[in-house]
Amino acid sequence: MIISVASGKGGTGKTTIAVNLALALAKDKGKNVKFLDCDVEEPNAHLFLKPVITNSESVEIPVPKIDDKKCNYCGKCAEVCVFNAIVVTKNKVLVFPGLCHGCGACTLFCPEKAISEEGNEIGILEEGKAGSINFTHGRLNIGEPMAPPIIKKIKKKSKEDYSGNKDNNITNHHITLIDAPPGTSCPVIESIKGSDYTILVTEPTPFGLHDLILAVEVLKKLNIPHGVVLNKCDIGDQKVEEYCKKNDIPLLLSIPLDREIAVAYSQGIPIVKINPSYEQKFIQLFQKIAQTI
Amino acid sequence: MKEIVIISGKGGTGKTVITASIAVLAKNKVMGDCDVDASNLYLLLHPEIKEKNDFYAGLIPNIDLEKCTNCGRWQEVCRFEAIKTIKSQTVIDMVSCEGCGLCALVCPVQAIQMKENHCGEWYISDTKYGPLVYARLGIAEENSGKLVTLVRQNAQTIAKKNDLKLIIVDGPPGIGCPLIATLSGANLAVVVTEPTLSGLHDLQRVIKVAQHFGVKTVVIINKYDINLENSSKIEDWCQKDNIPIIGKIHFDNIITEALVKGLPVVEYSDNTAAKEIKDIWQKIKTRVE
Repeated sequence: MIISVASGKGGTGKTTIAVNLALALAKDKGKNVKFLDCDVEEPNAHLFLKPVITNSESVEIPVPKIDDKKCNYCGKCAEVCVFNAIVVTKNKVLVFPGLCHGCGACTLFCPEKAISEEGNEIGILEEGKAGSINFTHGRLNIGEPMAPPIIKKIKKKSKEDYSGNKDNNITNHHITLIDAPPGTSCPVIESIKGSDYTILVTEPTPFGLHDLILAVEVLKKLNIPHGVVLNKCDIGDQKVEEYCKKNDIPLLLSIPLDREIAVAYSQGIPIVKINPSYEQKFIQLFQKIAQTI
Repeated sequence: MKEIVIISGKGGTGKTVITASIAVLAKNKVMGDCDVDASNLYLLLHPEIKEKNDFYAGLIPNIDLEKCTNCGRWQEVCRFEAIKTIKSQTVIDMVSCEGCGLCALVCPVQAIQMKENHCGEWYISDTKYGPLVYARLGIAEENSGKLVTLVRQNAQTIAKKNDLKLIIVDGPPGIGCPLIATLSGANLAVVVTEPTLSGLHDLQRVIKVAQHFGVKTVVIINKYDINLENSSKIEDWCQKDNIPIIGKIHFDNIITEALVKGLPVVEYSDNTAAKEIKDIWQKIKTRVE
């Protein structure tokens, strides 16, 4: 079972929910919990789960490399590249790796076979263990614009293990939790697509509601069942709850603002470690989701 | 003309709340909201839209099923797993498609046409504090960086036309494409952080990106009294790197109250948090004048 945790607005508590859910579920020895931090621009889950990293690998996208001896500057490569990642002048070919999506059109269409491809590192992927939790996250290199290829790789690697098993008994014991980035565009889509369920975390403010509505639109478009966790549920107004009720979106859990929780968060300590009563709340959150699926 | 961008790395640290107050305090300026995924600034500035524009970017494949022979040639070339054969019919997974157009180029019967993709809207508006340019990226769309650039370009045009001295930009979270499009070429990046391990971690990354693109940075610690020890960690780190901390805002419910009322904090209250924001604006002002 794949459960992703997302939100339109940043800083609502995605990582908090994902981390605490993972820790609560991992207490059950029969459960195999995987944690994928797909917020590769600003990964934070490791600050709370403190995994021991055992494997680190580079994430590359293939960018064109021009063989000057074969190239006759015909310009076909630039013509087929919709991303403007190649410019051809009279006697020079300029490649802009930051714009290249690695589609391979230039390589395929070069009449002189003058293009080969070499990997351009855009980030890294790290795997390890946090207790019994299998942990994976990615890190976009500073100055690189494209997060989705790293997210794609994190998800692909995790899939290799137990994909395609439709037996509910088994899938309920193999749980993959995905911590998604904020927003509604490509990095979010790449993170949550393929999920069996998405938890949307929000707060009861006009910003929280506005961005929740956008996130719900995304989930409707992707056809993923979803529910809401309302964090700091007592700080603002009732409008998120009213919206959920009106639109038949289950409110899975409400967490009041608590200075103790906020301070623990600031130190990288999960809620379930300081307030064990939350463990049961997160188990119940999971059970509600499991029933829906 | 100077352009100030308010960014954070981590989301939810208070960018928009601070930007809205700066919009109240600054004179002769135009505002831009470059968080095109989830723009919120307009919820506090209550604009009247003057001009609504469609945003087209990138290309999407369109299959003519009558021409298509289901030969599967494109499946061989597409690297994004965006093409599938479902019940012996060729189907495009728009979510996976990057719009490279390779499928259209290799199709032996020209059954695929690449079409311009309508992927959002952008608006020029007026608020009681001055003009605001903002946008809405279509749900689950790409090309947010291009839309950010469009917002910035239009804010610049408005500033030039009306002889405004300042552009105040509310930035997106993260360090990827939209952030880079927001940051590059700006005169000053104001980074809003919070005294949490996540806040510090993300602050360090976003500042490195700003340095990578040669943009000067200053830092604000929001809710600094939630964890004083972490606040001093942030201060030490910034000091070591010669990054000025231009202000600290204490944790105050008044900020949420103002937000729920849909008002910039400095319009809603005159208490300590509002004063701290006013002080911050004075410090930013001296840096861009």
